[in-house]
Amino acid sequence: MNTHKKHPNFLSELKTTSKKRLSGDSAFKTIVMLIACNIFLILGLMIFKIVQSSWLSIQTYGINFLWGTKWQPFPPNPSTPPSFGALPLIWGTLVTSAIALFLGVPISLGISLALSEFAPKSFNYVISFFVELLAAIPSVIYGLWGILVLIPFLQNNVYPHLQAVLGFLPFFQGTIRGSSVLTGGIILAIMIIPTVSAISRDVFAAVPNSQREAIIALGATRWEKAKVVMSYGRSGVIGAIMLGLGRAVGETMAITMVIGNSFNMFTSLLQPGSTLASIIANEFTEASSPPVYISALMEVGLILFALAIVVNASARLIVWHSTRKIKEVEML
Amino acid sequence: MSYKIEIQSLSAWFGSKQVLQDITMKIKQNVVTAIIGPSGCGKTTLIRCLNRMHELTPRAKVTGRVLLDGEDIYGENVDPVTVRRRIGMVFQKPNPFPMMSIYDNTAAGLKLNGVADKHRLDEIVEKSLRAAHLWDEVKLELGKSGASLSGGQQQRLCIARALAIEPEVILMDEPTSALDPTAAAKIEQLIRVLAEDYTVIIVTHNMQQAARVSDFTAFLYLGKLVEHGSTKDIFENPKSELTEKYITGEFG
Amino acid sequence: MRSYKFRKLEDQIMTSLAYAALIIALIPLASILIETISRGLSAMSFSLLFEEIPPLGQPGGGIGPAIQGTLIVVALASLMGIPIGVFSGIYLAEFRQSRIASVARFLNDVLTNVPSIVLGIFGWVLVVVVIGWSVIAGAVALAIMMIPIVTRTTEEAIKLVPMTIREAAIALGVPRWKTTLTVVLSSAKKGIATGILLAVARISGETAPLLLTILGSRFWFSGFTQPTAALPLTIFNFSQSSFRTVDLPRAWGASLILIFIVLAINIIVRYATREKYG
Repeated sequence: MNTHKKHPNFLSELKTTSKKRLSGDSAFKTIVMLIACNIFLILGLMIFKIVQSSWLSIQTYGINFLWGTKWQPFPPNPSTPPSFGALPLIWGTLVTSAIALFLGVPISLGISLALSEFAPKSFNYVISFFVELLAAIPSVIYGLWGILVLIPFLQNNVYPHLQAVLGFLPFFQGTIRGSSVLTGGIILAIMIIPTVSAISRDVFAAVPNSQREAIIALGATRWEKAKVVMSYGRSGVIGAIMLGLGRAVGETMAITMVIGNSFNMFTSLLQPGSTLASIIANEFTEASSPPVYISALMEVGLILFALAIVVNASARLIVWHSTRKIKEVEML
Repeated sequence: MSYKIEIQSLSAWFGSKQVLQDITMKIKQNVVTAIIGPSGCGKTTLIRCLNRMHELTPRAKVTGRVLLDGEDIYGENVDPVTVRRRIGMVFQKPNPFPMMSIYDNTAAGLKLNGVADKHRLDEIVEKSLRAAHLWDEVKLELGKSGASLSGGQQQRLCIARALAIEPEVILMDEPTSALDPTAAAKIEQLIRVLAEDYTVIIVTHNMQQAARVSDFTAFLYLGKLVEHGSTKDIFENPKSELTEKYITGEFG
Repeated sequence: MRSYKFRKLEDQIMTSLAYAALIIALIPLASILIETISRGLSAMSFSLLFEEIPPLGQPGGGIGPAIQGTLIVVALASLMGIPIGVFSGIYLAEFRQSRIASVARFLNDVLTNVPSIVLGIFGWVLVVVVIGWSVIAGAVALAIMMIPIVTRTTEEAIKLVPMTIREAAIALGVPRWKTTLTVVLSSAKKGIATGILLAVARISGETAPLLLTILGSRFWFSGFTQPTAALPLTIFNFSQSSFRTVDLPRAWGASLILIFIVLAINIIVRYATREKYG
């Protein structure tokens, strides 16, 4: 018949084309898979290399590095070995992050509630745009603004009053410094607002409207309705907060530029301090000798790395768990 | 006989689309009034106008008056929050709060209104769950999540929640359409009992349900009130041809 | 007992606080933009853009090498990061079910959250130790920052391509791999381009990875294995100067340029992908 004449080897042709197609497909799959595996290589190499470079310091100082409070690359007495310890850095990282959360989370929640529960929808888009613009500003520019605008403002208009009112607390005592832990916390708070508010907004948007209607039908005010929404989405909000914490922990430039870079176990927030990230930014390029100096900085980097990963992994676990729980409930 | 609710020239819009046209009707106290009509006739919008929920939709508009015991709920200084305290609502799809227990769900409205005394709360929660015919099934598990119940139980929980704040009117928007027949039957029994203490207005697309459950029926078509009378009259002796066509299933 | 009056008051206070939070958050944004624009503009000049960077405290000169450096390092990083990111994203989207894909996706998320200074450390350990402070080291650090971002956005963009488009091509006898590379990619190109642009904007503004890799310089580009200048680094250096009157205006000028580049890309991308409300 006709087709047979035109394609005498139709079947064998079909077989070879299939073979070609399959090998084309499997070659493609293998190639993109190998490229995607870059992530294993990068992370693996990163962890390996950083641990390797920290090894000297780990061996020299052992576990005491974590609670050591001395940082002396060049001891005054040349016969004493250099000593390094990370406790003031961990302390600085934790305190500035805590301040960031304390100030930034309520503001972020206020924003996301205002946008999702109180304001008209058209407002929502424009305002979210601007809040997200905050996230796009480079960290070093936050730092520059921090040095030249924020610090003078705080130093002249805020800190004196703060000390006047709350000076009986140890946190607000001592000579007021513009470049201080509190300033660092404040700038971090500003930087985490876009993250926490954007995720919270998504969480609230996912709350089914039937929940809002249920509480409104009982005669609730806007705020009472908002409380129900927050309660429904609480694990998602916790996840958002933890992601904000992750951001705060890892932030380098802005905080280096405003925290004053003083290695000490500060008690007053109006004093300068240091964080895990800031000391690396400050000292790395100068730390050519002794070899244990660079290794100690590497170990600080390793601690920072581990801290950031733990915080972010927990955050994602919580968010994932909460979205799954909500889906389970909706299935019923 | 006093009229609990008087609707006067009520019209409603979604943006530029008008969904209710000049509705005027009087609803008697302590009876069950059913609102029937084909899809899209405006029955849900009508009851959502009665507890001022319609206006929550963006670009929604309402004109006309709705008198509750003689006072217009759309009056100038009337806060919708107070209206919803007196006119409760049960929705088509049960919507208990999953993050609260059965006890807390029932007490939700009470806590909003400031009742904090544990003893009093216990009392009212039990009373409401009994009134919703749910108490015996859940009395040993009041701490379990509100969402852990079956569909029919969830709906009765929502009814208990609505009853707890002691409203005067209960609005029900197709309360059994998401439930299986057994659960639906239980709710229908409940509705007849509720009418002894409350004024019940129920929207339903199920005519047989309207016939079983209600004392009065109103038929809506394309946003207009076609006929409103005793259920017996509407079903056995409709005045309008349109009503008759709907009742006999010619459309809808 | 919470009276109605109290609840109304509480409602007013809380909603006002929420709106106040909005305003509070927008104040720093407004301040940063206003200060950068006003102070940056007053420092702006032809020479600023094209002359070499003088030592701290010395008047005159410009930040030309910083602009050049940023362009070169970002370009090199993109050359490395974009292809890897895009193809990884293709893999994760097309072979979603595979176990490797799930793990890779998770690790990608982990990498996005690595602090930028740690990426700088990695760049130092990997490249600088071998060939010294160099453009290549900086590009590698930035590329590593870029890859997970581009991977994720590419994956999301491809996932959005409807099955019907793929099926149409496959029904015509086009092999799957060709379908992906032609029809699917072209369908998703807007989303992919968006992701790439946002990633480029992001890495252009980063300082920490460059601090430990390209070291910084006052001079024009002199080779991929040499240190070089970059806008964020230069801004940082000037900000640390004790000669404030001379160096800070330059810092603002550089900031204006940097913020202009970064925000322009962001605004254009967001504008182009805005959802149109009916």
